[in-house]
Amino acid sequence: MQRALIGALITGLIAPALGIYLVQRRMALIGDGIGHIALTGVGLGLLTGGAPVLTAVVVAAVGAVAVELVRQRGGASGDIALALLFYGGISGGVFLVALSAGRTNANLTSYLFGSPLTTTRTDLVVMAVLGGLVLAVTQLLRPWLFAICHDEEYARVAGLPVRALNLLLAVTTAVTVTVAMRAVGLLLVSALMVVPVATAQLVTRGFRSTMYLAMTIGVLASALGVGIAGVYDTAPGATIILVAIAAFALLATGLGVVRGWRRRHPVAAA
Amino acid sequence: MSRADDKPVAARPTDGTPIVDVRGATVAYDGRPVLTDVDLRVSAGEVVAILGPNGSGKSTLVKAILGLAPLVTGSVALFGETGSGIRRHRHRIGYVPQRLGAGSGVPATVGEVVASGRLARRGLRLPRRADRDPVARAIAAVGLAERTHDPVSALSGGQQQRVLIARALAAEPDLLVLDEPTAGVDAASQDAFADVLRAFAAGGGTVLLVAHELGPLQSLVTRAVVIHSGRITHDGAVPDPTGYHALPGHDHVHPHARNDRTGFWGPDW
Repeated sequence: MQRALIGALITGLIAPALGIYLVQRRMALIGDGIGHIALTGVGLGLLTGGAPVLTAVVVAAVGAVAVELVRQRGGASGDIALALLFYGGISGGVFLVALSAGRTNANLTSYLFGSPLTTTRTDLVVMAVLGGLVLAVTQLLRPWLFAICHDEEYARVAGLPVRALNLLLAVTTAVTVTVAMRAVGLLLVSALMVVPVATAQLVTRGFRSTMYLAMTIGVLASALGVGIAGVYDTAPGATIILVAIAAFALLATGLGVVRGWRRRHPVAAA
Repeated sequence: MSRADDKPVAARPTDGTPIVDVRGATVAYDGRPVLTDVDLRVSAGEVVAILGPNGSGKSTLVKAILGLAPLVTGSVALFGETGSGIRRHRHRIGYVPQRLGAGSGVPATVGEVVASGRLARRGLRLPRRADRDPVARAIAAVGLAERTHDPVSALSGGQQQRVLIARALAAEPDLLVLDEPTAGVDAASQDAFADVLRAFAAGGGTVLLVAHELGPLQSLVTRAVVIHSGRITHDGAVPDPTGYHALPGHDHVHPHARNDRTGFWGPDW
């Protein structure tokens, strides 16, 4: 339970820190696709007897770089190329997991939707190290990542290392997906990258404040989600995401009510 | 290396190397030429306006100069360097696009956007006083100092355009390239642009701007280049508006004119 909580907190902290760049670039759902691809890595790990987390990082990183290359090329066929990558990834994963002897579908489910209660001490160490990397990249390189996600053309004219930064962002996305795999699962990781950011920007005015608030919301939703799951014996990953979505809905509704009231009572608001 | 050090107002670079040197440039999209055999040299301290009707290729010329549109033939030299050699001088270019790019899914303050313009000078080190001051100065120069902490999305179109100018100025560039900076911009912002560009030029800066109409910028432009159907048809004094429209080869096509199909489907487009 304690390890489950720590793992969820790490995930809640880093997923929005990375996700904000994807949202800024209007590619909010790309994390989901990379999660699909990572499943092939999990399958490879189970089949070869290696550590699924490590093979997942490698395969997801390769997939993320491929996605980035597709994005750079753009064009109408980009969507199709992404569909091939994503569904190839998840089918490959299901196929390989089934091939690996002695594994059941329950195992597959734990990678797709998370199984924080089975987090081992080794898992936790891997998550902490990879999570630290994600945190370092997203925080230390924030001005540069902000610049390429905000206006890539300008960044190129200004001579910033746009290509290297794009690839770094792609690989960091893959690492984040893999870290989050244990806590919320490959199919839900994207929600934790996007929903806290969407919630934060309801009330923030700047990029940095949005990032910090989103990370706070991510951590709180993870803690609360694990707590509720513990009490009511629900699936922790799904509970975390539901808490995050509930926070968004509450804040959006609350703001709507406040703003509507202010419109009707302009004097009182001033 | 501030501009005051390496390029005093009075003394231009003695070797006379042009800031921008385009030779025989041809750009094509999908095999269709948009720019044909264009030559353009801009010297230090000049304020050059690239004029022409919509679709004449004037924005493409700017994109080719900035390395955003690939050349089919010809060459572009900036600060005397071509190809990958230009990279060393990229921080000396301040680019002001027509409007903010698509990447605005997350709120960003005026200060954050303008500070991103400083990265070209900053390299991979933490910001110092010498980085923060130019950012604050650039925001003040466009008259948005009190809006520094406001989200860019809360500003008017003209004010957003001023943010983009401030972002370019934050790098303390030697060359400002502006793509239709005054298109659809309110009068107050147009005057603010004119003041900013005047101050920049007075400090020895070189300006290359694309415009459909010059408006309040007319008085500070030292030279005009008119592009028509991807070719330069005039290079010299600023033609007065009627004169420019009366230039040979100018179809006088406007989007609202009855014959606008000529412009849309003809070679003009």
